[in-house]
Amino acid sequence: MSFSDVYMLWSDSPAISAVIWSVIIMLLTYLAREPMHKMFEAFAGGAKQAFQQAADALQGSSQKLADRNREVLVAAGMEASERLIEREFSRIDTIVHRDLAEYPTLHRKISDVVTKIDEDYKSSSEAPPEAPGWGKAIDAVANIQANKNDPMVGQVLQSIHGSMEKSHHHVLEEYRKSSRARHMLLKKMRPFWRRMDGDLKLVNEKVTGLLERSAVIDQQMDEYEKIVAKTDGAVRTLSSSSLTQFFIAGFVLAIAVGGAAINFNLIARPMQEMVGGSGMLMGFKTANIAALVIILVEVAMGLFLMESLRITRLFPVIGSMRDEMRVKMIWITFSILLILASVEAGLAYMREILSQDDAALRASLIEGGSAVAASSQRWITTAAQMGMGFILPFALVFVAIPLESFIQSSRTVLGMVGVGLLRGLSFLMSMFASGSHYAGAALISIYDLIIFLPLWIETMVKGRSNRESGSGKKGFSPFNSDAVKEV
Amino acid sequence: MNKIMISAMAVALFLMAGCSSEPEVPNTHGVYMLLDTSGTYTEELKKAQLIINYTLAKMNPGDTFAVARVDTGSFSEKDIITKVTFDDRPSMANRQKLKFRDDIDRFVKTVKPAAYTDITGGMLQAIEFLNEAGVGRKTVLIFSDLKEELKKGYVRDIPLQVGGFDIVALNVTKLRSDNIDPREYLDRLSMWQSKVEAGEGTWRVINDMERLESVIID
Repeated sequence: MSFSDVYMLWSDSPAISAVIWSVIIMLLTYLAREPMHKMFEAFAGGAKQAFQQAADALQGSSQKLADRNREVLVAAGMEASERLIEREFSRIDTIVHRDLAEYPTLHRKISDVVTKIDEDYKSSSEAPPEAPGWGKAIDAVANIQANKNDPMVGQVLQSIHGSMEKSHHHVLEEYRKSSRARHMLLKKMRPFWRRMDGDLKLVNEKVTGLLERSAVIDQQMDEYEKIVAKTDGAVRTLSSSSLTQFFIAGFVLAIAVGGAAINFNLIARPMQEMVGGSGMLMGFKTANIAALVIILVEVAMGLFLMESLRITRLFPVIGSMRDEMRVKMIWITFSILLILASVEAGLAYMREILSQDDAALRASLIEGGSAVAASSQRWITTAAQMGMGFILPFALVFVAIPLESFIQSSRTVLGMVGVGLLRGLSFLMSMFASGSHYAGAALISIYDLIIFLPLWIETMVKGRSNRESGSGKKGFSPFNSDAVKEV
Repeated sequence: MNKIMISAMAVALFLMAGCSSEPEVPNTHGVYMLLDTSGTYTEELKKAQLIINYTLAKMNPGDTFAVARVDTGSFSEKDIITKVTFDDRPSMANRQKLKFRDDIDRFVKTVKPAAYTDITGGMLQAIEFLNEAGVGRKTVLIFSDLKEELKKGYVRDIPLQVGGFDIVALNVTKLRSDNIDPREYLDRLSMWQSKVEAGEGTWRVINDMERLESVIID
């Protein structure tokens, strides 16, 4: 029996059949209204609960991840801060050992200079000229009661005056001599003063340097304390710093990858001379894999070298080695790098020879020439290639620094991305929960809309019977039903 | 401990290399070139020489190249003028290429026209050779006007098994009779195409040597 047969079961007219079927469907739907409503409510409620639980779980996970991220960030910040403080203390230690170790000598020098200056000062103090002892005698002679016009007296007085003048000159000369000697002593003191001034300036500079360092340490200690206290400001600063580090380190790594690619191209072709040009390994040319392995080994050696030099801290085992062992490791990794760089320089030279060989062959086969004339400037490209082959492995050593920053910052950056994703998913789940709630209500409304006619009749009937019984019960409102409200 | 780790790494690498669902196809290219030496077509051999040189220049270490003449009975190793599988080392491969060119030059100088043209025999020989060489990609270059003339008694009504082969007809010159009735030329090409495609091979005709690069490099 086909669909049209079933459809036309009641009448040959499609319109009548449609009406009959509509009435039947409407009646059946009306009869099934209660269980259908319950089913919609159950589905909507179940979906809402499930989505809400998922949203809560995601929110919880996001919070946990955020906490963990905060811990990681604080730990990384503390470590970085400790390193900085350690470095500052190391600098202060150097200053103290280098400069202040000489302080006792300097102190003695200054004391000597001060003593010398003191002695000179005492020597240069002005001694008052001795008063002549015979002044009173002259006075007595001058008071003798005699005739002033006596030539004898005049001669005596003249003689006394002359003696007085002579004595005065002599005393003045002596005074000048002693003053000159004192001035000479004071003049001699000038270099001592200058020396002392220089020494004191030196002391001042060293003490100022120490004070500056201590100010830097104070500042870093403040930051460290903030980090230890896990203040929001410190965490924000660390997050921002971590993001900056991530992008800068990523940029430098991209440059390093470019360098590695150039290095690869330099050695891949001549590698064919060593491992063959047609062999394949895992779908790649063996020569290419060999070239790649050489570059990766160089990068690994660079990492070990940087680690042994304690510039990076990716491998705690290397960092915590005894100093002797570390020095050995430095030499071993450096030697391997040197050998690999020499090998690369040789391969770069081989590459040049091969390209010349190829050019000659091509000229001979295709262009009909016998060989390509060797250009006198070829040595420039050969030397440049060899130089690059030698330098690039050493340049790749420094990849370790951005790599460390990238790895460390990627922990927090990935954490942030994870938190963002989880929060986004949680929001989406909440939306779905709300959507399920309203979808259930909408489905019930649509269902009631389909059976609006029987519902209307029901309302009418109930209204009439209520009026008759006078109970005044509220009639059914198909589009504002309690069921809908409940959902 | 270190030995164990190294062994484990070696085993892991070996497994990674070996755990492929399909057998590994070699990355090498095998080219077998048939040179028609019948009648007046020997005059075209200078062009063939250029094509051979061009092909030599484009081939890589590990590739295989053979050049054979098409004469009265071409299903024979004796008709292979020269053949080579290039060394893995590029420098050695370059020396082999120069030697190969010299062999071809010598052949072109001393070649004598053949009375008949057994292209099918040459094709069968090419298929056998390339299958035996175990190369990844197989190309047969037919430098001929594709007019097959068999000596009485030679049976060449044999289906070609050329699945995975690229068959390229080069420099298919038009004969005087083709000019009178071009259908002969078109029928000839069509016959070879259907014969190759029936054997599950791919068929191409290249008369413009500028487009030869796509055959060798593709």
